Amino acid sequence: MKLVGEKGVQRILMITALSAISSLLLIALFIFSEGLPFIFKYGAGNFLLANEWDPNTGHFGIFPMIMSSVWVTLGAMVVGAPLGIAGAIFLSEYASPIIMKIVKPTIELLAAIPSVVYGFIGVMVLAPVIRNNLGGPGLSLLAGCIILGIMILPTVISISIDSILAVPRSYREGSLALGATTWQTTHMVTIKAARSGIVASIILGLGRAIGETMAVIMVAGNSVNIPNSALDSVRTLTANIALEMSYATGMHREALFATGVILFIIIMILNSIASVAIRNRNAKK
Amino acid sequence: MRINPKYTQWGAVTILTSATIFTILILVFIIFFILEKGLPVLGLSFLTENPQEMGKAGGIFPTLIGTIILPVFALLIATPLGISTSVYLAEYTKETRITKVIRFGTDCLAGIPSIIFGLFGYIFFVITLGFGWSILSGGLTLAVMVLPTIIRTSEEAIRAVPNSYRKVSFSLGASRWQTVKKVVLPNALPGIVTGIMLSIGRSIGETAAVIFTAGSSLRIPSSVFDSTRTMAVHFYILAREGISSENAYGTAATLIIAVLFVNLLAYYTMHRFIAKRS
Amino acid sequence: MNIKFKIENLSVYFGKEQFLNSVNLEVEANKILGIIGPSGSGKSTLLGALNRMNELEPYCRTEGTILMDGVDINSSTYNVINLRKKVGIVFAMPVPLPMSIYENVVYGVRLSGVNDKKRLDELVEKSLSEAFLWNEVKDRLNLSGLRISGGQQQRLCLARVLAMEPEAILLDEPSSGLDPISTSKIEDALNQLKEKYTIVLVTNNTKQAARISDNTAYFLLGDMIEVGSTKQIFTAPLKKETDDYITGRFG
Repeated sequence: MKLVGEKGVQRILMITALSAISSLLLIALFIFSEGLPFIFKYGAGNFLLANEWDPNTGHFGIFPMIMSSVWVTLGAMVVGAPLGIAGAIFLSEYASPIIMKIVKPTIELLAAIPSVVYGFIGVMVLAPVIRNNLGGPGLSLLAGCIILGIMILPTVISISIDSILAVPRSYREGSLALGATTWQTTHMVTIKAARSGIVASIILGLGRAIGETMAVIMVAGNSVNIPNSALDSVRTLTANIALEMSYATGMHREALFATGVILFIIIMILNSIASVAIRNRNAKK
Repeated sequence: MRINPKYTQWGAVTILTSATIFTILILVFIIFFILEKGLPVLGLSFLTENPQEMGKAGGIFPTLIGTIILPVFALLIATPLGISTSVYLAEYTKETRITKVIRFGTDCLAGIPSIIFGLFGYIFFVITLGFGWSILSGGLTLAVMVLPTIIRTSEEAIRAVPNSYRKVSFSLGASRWQTVKKVVLPNALPGIVTGIMLSIGRSIGETAAVIFTAGSSLRIPSSVFDSTRTMAVHFYILAREGISSENAYGTAATLIIAVLFVNLLAYYTMHRFIAKRS
Repeated sequence: MNIKFKIENLSVYFGKEQFLNSVNLEVEANKILGIIGPSGSGKSTLLGALNRMNELEPYCRTEGTILMDGVDINSSTYNVINLRKKVGIVFAMPVPLPMSIYENVVYGVRLSGVNDKKRLDELVEKSLSEAFLWNEVKDRLNLSGLRISGGQQQRLCLARVLAMEPEAILLDEPSSGLDPISTSKIEDALNQLKEKYTIVLVTNNTKQAARISDNTAYFLLGDMIEVGSTKQIFTAPLKKETDDYITGRFG
């Protein structure tokens, strides 16, 4: 303190405060500088819309991976969003405070379980069930959707709970005083007021699902194709990067970074939407 | 037709309750499944012996070392950066364009998937800076990854320190930095520790960002320039390459116990913190 | 007559709102100046101007001059940290810092770089005695400052200021949350302290001002209405507003 003085401290703190944003810029810079030249060279149309991915013959079409990522993510939403929102509503509006106190951190623990463990459960438990009952290889789009759906639950639940609890008590009391049942109050008043926060939780869940790598590699089968059914084996954008990165060189490696560029852009768009939604929620408060 | 509100109420509560119970059951199932299969394998020798035949037999000792070193290294870098960022945001500025940019950057960084961190760490630390697959590369990558968590939890903890403490401190002739050092940070400490714990938990379980930056060597590292393999990476390789499902379960159980332990510790710290506040 | 503070045309704004309107006031050294008036009259704002605590609030603007011993404390070269060490304040609600009684008392002194154990021990005993608290806490100085009663906490806050050996002490309704016994202990302490310090006491309790202050000033809606000896203000006020307030016809 004596060495640098009050102004010096402030300057040092400000410089360190730029660490997060400069990391972000550095990440963008390096991913883009590795990936963008490839996209220009190869042609964005060829890269994004072609169906064939065969690095050995120089074919780098990621359309199947894009479709697979979209389907896996949407499927995960179908599994995770209703469960998560229902859980959030129950915990914040119906459960006693003690249950909330125990269950909320327990569910948040779900977020701490490593994604490889989820993947492993998918391989050992879920895939055989799918194979034996529904047919197909088991490691499939469906398995990916279910595992990812479970993985996004904590995100959806905890952000939704925060939004629901942020709704002023007086709204609810007003509705109950008019003779509404608690459920009528919940779905006509509370959920409406918490809407933007709930939307944000779903979008952040979307971001988590589309970016998830290890669990998807383990359960989704990884064949490059546009899925025709939920039982098909699929390969997502993230899986494509992780599977081939360790041995890729030259054009092939550039193509993987270009895949990263696409992923980065998608995530940034989703994050921006979510942060606008959360800001709406906070503004309303 | 209008359904009696009583029935919709009953139906809704039933659905909500079962959804919640279902969610909890999934969690309990995952943990118990892994522990049931893994605990029989887990023992002192499993933890202290070197793996044989790429992990087909023997223990997981080197990965235990990797799992401790990498998060510690990452947190040594991310903690000071994160705390000083949060001090700057919470104590030194009003809401300006700069703080908005910093906050937006932090949020974006928090949303980036780990595979992107892996790509970045690989091209920047491993290739461009020439650190190779090493503890250094892996630790720095993890540090960038957990930075947003530390910034957010620290800022929240700092903002939770009552303003009256700051006022008293200033009124007794303290400078801003003295106030931060003597009153704000000591009182925000439990919250900050919680953030650090959560970050350690995330680092322990991370795979995608680590495998492309720290590599997967099974040797015990002798310097930060050596490659290392964490438990999560080891587990992934065992499971994915079908080397040994028995040892995979054992590793998974160790991993889960470590992660749960760290997280429970974090909740415990936070809980005591909140209890002390009220 | 020795003047400690000479306040000239002091106006204070928070954002667009004006809290003090061109106030002129002199504060005598080694006397207790009581400041009375209904809430919102700018009493606390005046205290905040005397040790420049106001400027910690965002959007605060101060006009006019305050001379302390003839020196303008608002000038850009004046060291605000030294000012706060010389002009201590006790707030309305007692706020012990979450540390031991001992550390609370020496907090400010340590900031100035005093770390000699013997010197600190002396200061703790002296300050706590002056605040009429020593006998109650001398055996448990390591107890958290949060774990003593409200009345004791407020005297601890006073002792904390005394340990700085300031020149003036500002008190902002120090007994608003206290029981009569604690209040009387604080008043006893203040009566002795004025020998050494200049004291400005803001109070909502006109009887308290009548009991212990030497001079009294009446504030209303940011204006200084009247100032004079306490006896004169309470027996023969010059302004009708003052008379209305002290006789309870206010509002």
